[in-house]
Amino acid sequence: MDQFTLNLIFIGLSFAVYIGIAIWARAGSTAEFYAANRGVSPVMNGMATAADWMSAASFISMAGLIAFTGYDNSTYLMGWTGGYVLLALLLAPYLRKFGKFTVPEFIGDRFYSKTARIIGVICLLIISITYVIGQMTGVGVTFSRYLEVSNSTGLWIGAAMVFMYSVLGGMKGITYTQVAQYVVLIIAYTIPAIFIALQLTGHVLPQTGLFGTLNEGGGKFLATLDQVVVDLGFKTYTGHHKSTLDMVLFTLALMIGTAGLPHVIIRFFTVPKVSDARKSAGWALVFIALLYTVAPAVGSMSRFNLTSTMWPGAETGDTYSQPAVTLDSIENDDDKQWMRNWQVTGLLNWEDKNGDGLIQYYNDAVTEGPSAEMAAEQGLQGNELTTVNNDIMVLANPEIANLPGWVIAIVAAGGLAAALSTAAGLLLAISGAVSHDLIKGAINPGISEKGELMAARISMAASILVATILGLNPPGFAAQTVALAFGLAASSIFPVLMMGIFSKRINKEGAIAGMLAGILSTLLYIFTYKGWFFISGTNMLEDVAANWVFGISPASFGVIGALINFIVAYVVSNATEEPPVEVVELVESIRVPRGSGGAVAH
Amino acid sequence: MSDKQSSNAYWQANLRIIWICLAIWALVSYGFGIILRPLLSGIKIGGTDLGFWFAQQGSILVFIVLIFFYAARMNKLDREHGVDE
Repeated sequence: MDQFTLNLIFIGLSFAVYIGIAIWARAGSTAEFYAANRGVSPVMNGMATAADWMSAASFISMAGLIAFTGYDNSTYLMGWTGGYVLLALLLAPYLRKFGKFTVPEFIGDRFYSKTARIIGVICLLIISITYVIGQMTGVGVTFSRYLEVSNSTGLWIGAAMVFMYSVLGGMKGITYTQVAQYVVLIIAYTIPAIFIALQLTGHVLPQTGLFGTLNEGGGKFLATLDQVVVDLGFKTYTGHHKSTLDMVLFTLALMIGTAGLPHVIIRFFTVPKVSDARKSAGWALVFIALLYTVAPAVGSMSRFNLTSTMWPGAETGDTYSQPAVTLDSIENDDDKQWMRNWQVTGLLNWEDKNGDGLIQYYNDAVTEGPSAEMAAEQGLQGNELTTVNNDIMVLANPEIANLPGWVIAIVAAGGLAAALSTAAGLLLAISGAVSHDLIKGAINPGISEKGELMAARISMAASILVATILGLNPPGFAAQTVALAFGLAASSIFPVLMMGIFSKRINKEGAIAGMLAGILSTLLYIFTYKGWFFISGTNMLEDVAANWVFGISPASFGVIGALINFIVAYVVSNATEEPPVEVVELVESIRVPRGSGGAVAH
Repeated sequence: MSDKQSSNAYWQANLRIIWICLAIWALVSYGFGIILRPLLSGIKIGGTDLGFWFAQQGSILVFIVLIFFYAARMNKLDREHGVDE
């Protein structure tokens, strides 16, 4: 059976399951639509949260980011998981006790202010919409690669899928679909990793294989990898090369950004009890860790495999013991088929610059050391593996290791599951904010439950349409705004929720001033280096480390934004009136778990 | 809700557990994973050092243990103060 048929079967089967679940779990009430009737077990909810949270970025891009930078990009691993500790300890149980449906609703009630609620809605919409554009773009790319359709056809198929199961099922349908998507996604990620760990180090677990000994050559895998990349003029894999301060701040920014992402927070509204909300965050992290502890192995091993494909001698740790791979081998050998497949997509490319029939891969920016000597000896005119996109590391992994066709098909289904599950979660957060906070909360408070459910469905359908159109013509800033989404969540939503729970003194003036100061300072800092609204050429300072204030990169600034938020809120609150008695009572009541069941009605 | 005295004691105990957990959270990630890595560089594992393991896997595993530890301690505390569900 050819690869295309296999892809079609695996993707088709997984989609049939998602649609089947959506029909089975159709939502009939707003409680079911927004919060799955609060009947989801913590383990199931953990699995759904894991799928919801792990987007195309986690599935496809993260291992590649680690592969080419090594230790310094551990920030992604720690940052994207450490936020769950903050969620479990500082937010989830209290927001569950509060017992409403959306994040802006909590902000509006706790700070007794419609203005605060509307600002919350605006933050949520900016965060979620920028995120969802990225997911839809990912869906289009994956479909076009594996189903051999055009990018835009792929995107429309993806949009139709999300529409079917999210508009019908709401939170209830999405939760169970995401559980299925998690299973597909984790199998797809782990199987190739296990095969490759076995091939390289003989370990079944990629997690321990990373620290294992190579089958060929007998050196420690990481030590050999360090040696091989240094031979080629790259920085050591396990070494620390970036600024320590920025690494700490970036990790912290990812952590509090994660804890402030509205589509993740609303997942904790779906469990039956407060104690389940705490446990559920733990389960979410268990399921996320299954992928996140495998990712560094995937990254380092695919980097090693790529290098030893280019330099066969690297397999034993002695990089230059054999000549580089021949052009003839790349163009004709069966085991290099993957290189030809990926060349078609433009994500991988090579060029025999000096015409010696060999393709030499090295860092041509380095003018000293073994790689420079080799280049001089062999008369090289620059690195000949001209393009290696980070993102192919996970997707090409099974092909590089010559795994069977069904493994490649399941990776395709996994990539789609990752992108679609996150898109659905984001769309639910968006539709909840529009129908519940804007329409019912501000425009038409008298709307019936049936009317609100219809409004939720219509706003979800409309946001799918908008996301698809934006995904078809992605604005130039789509990729960059992921950093902005995190920075905004970190500087606006996380601090205001935390202060709402842990302080009785923060009042509405403080919360509003804090949110505005946090968001605006973060936006200002990012736009200073990235250009106003990301229009290139309008940046006031070049985006290089020398220009950053105290060496803080724009992506890390969310932490400072959060700090500004806290300080402004504190100062303004102390200068103005104390919050009313009923708000202080609300804060006291969310601090104790008893009685959360009764707080469901709204 | 129970009386003010008890709910205050409950909240203080909760805050104490949160502080302990957050200290460990910061120590394994920012500490062992990044800032204190040079101090741990003497402890070798699998071709690199302990700090690398904490940065790439160890801190994630500690995070999981922390959340379940917190959940268990809070359940106990909820029962002791009679605020469990």
